[in-house]
Amino acid sequence: MFNFSIQPTFTERESVDGSKLYEILIVGGGPSGLNAALYASRKGREVAILAKRVGGQLLNTSSVENYLGKDGSSGEELTESFRSHVESLKVPILEDAEIRKLEKNEGIFHVTLADGRIFRGKTVILNLGTTNRKLNIPGEDTFASNGIAYCAICDAPLYKGKDVLLAGGGNSAVEAAIDVAKVAKTVTVIHRSEFRADKILVDKLYEMQNITVHLQTQILEAVGDTRLTGVKVLDKKTKEERIIHGDGLFIEIGNDPNTSLVKDLVELNASGEVIVDDKARTSLEGLYAAGDMANTPYKQIIIAAASGAIAALAANEYLNTI
Amino acid sequence: MEKMINKEVEKQLRQVFGAMKEDITLVLFTQEGECYSCAETKQLLSEVAELNPHISFVEKDIHKDADEASKYNVELTPSFVVLDKEGKYRGVKFNGFPGGHEINSFISALMELSGNASDVSPEIAARIAKIDKPVNIKVFVTLSCPHCPGAVEKAHKLAMLNKNIEGEMIEAQTFYDLSTKFNVSGVPKIVINDTLELIGNQPIEAFLSQIEAL
Repeated sequence: MFNFSIQPTFTERESVDGSKLYEILIVGGGPSGLNAALYASRKGREVAILAKRVGGQLLNTSSVENYLGKDGSSGEELTESFRSHVESLKVPILEDAEIRKLEKNEGIFHVTLADGRIFRGKTVILNLGTTNRKLNIPGEDTFASNGIAYCAICDAPLYKGKDVLLAGGGNSAVEAAIDVAKVAKTVTVIHRSEFRADKILVDKLYEMQNITVHLQTQILEAVGDTRLTGVKVLDKKTKEERIIHGDGLFIEIGNDPNTSLVKDLVELNASGEVIVDDKARTSLEGLYAAGDMANTPYKQIIIAAASGAIAALAANEYLNTI
Repeated sequence: MEKMINKEVEKQLRQVFGAMKEDITLVLFTQEGECYSCAETKQLLSEVAELNPHISFVEKDIHKDADEASKYNVELTPSFVVLDKEGKYRGVKFNGFPGGHEINSFISALMELSGNASDVSPEIAARIAKIDKPVNIKVFVTLSCPHCPGAVEKAHKLAMLNKNIEGEMIEAQTFYDLSTKFNVSGVPKIVINDTLELIGNQPIEAFLSQIEAL
């Protein structure tokens, strides 16, 4: 009935100090940022986290079934267990931190927030994560607040008893389809190729009586009047175009890295991810990147967490040399 | 009746509420007859009020106590406001049951109004202080939305810092007609003075930019 995430904000919480020069400043509060903080703190480093929201994308996951030892935890439970582990080491976390600028001046990194506050670090570990990828089709912006949704667990209740369309074929899409199908009347999954999701999830999807699947089907346009009423699709096999009707469209086609902050600072790959080496080092000395924004393969919670550990250990090693 | 707040949650809440410094009052508006989640909301608020002597709880009827309802611009049921130690309405309102994730914005409002206000930067505080026209911020939420309490807390924060601003949580499923009227198809959806819209848990700067553009 209640999803508590009560923080000890009103009691003994540590706060991030603007006057301090942190040894390792962690930007981003998802699994990689939290794990980086854990490792950095255990090495005895002066460390702080600046986060838009602790948990990051993990919060959008209703059930995590592939994190070793944590089968079936909600994304939120996992987030809280990560957070309490980090906070037990007295690592200060600043939440709702909107990062506007990252600069390196005379060997020191300066992180400027939207509200004007500046925090400093000898090294910085970036964990900025990703943003939901858009379909980039006509009508997507028009219906953005009128029938298109990007967060299945948030928005599913709004589509109770309705017919919902869902774009995507990866794990997130299939999980979202299963979640939405529990409240919606029907869910129609539309994907341009074949499922990329884990077999165990796809099997579960096919067990749901109210889910229909259209593979090899490309969405061309979101259609409607004042609200979305459906999508125009291309059946890639028959080359025929047709309309599939629905009251809402959930878009779960993957994510784009949040790298606009650093695009002029470090090297990015063709997908826009920060290029890091095997020690999470970016092309700028003292700056590390971990989690889904880096060019590490396979975007998984456990991989993000592990990459945060690598970044923290590498930053620790680097600090020993300067 | 079975308790809504179990022993474990009660322990956590007592601990958090331990930091309360000032008295606050929860004024809940319900109505006789059909009222979705009125009973649940009443039960939650009365159980919460039992957990700390700083919290008082009063139930009113939206029709019989119409004068009071209009004092707080209450038009829906269940709807409740949180009053400060002087019994003053500071623009902090919840429409619908604050369960699921929204329990967090509820607790946050109680703590802030009982003398634990969190800081905003001087720059933001100055921008908030300058707002001199009436501003109503509606934040539509669902109870399964982890990003929604953040948006509600910001609306309430703005309200607490400027008497011209009112911030209200609206549970989208309970108030289906209102959600339809404002085309809520994704949450959190923020509607300012019934005209300007923001989607998602936006930073406080984004709220301010919209308000300043009014």
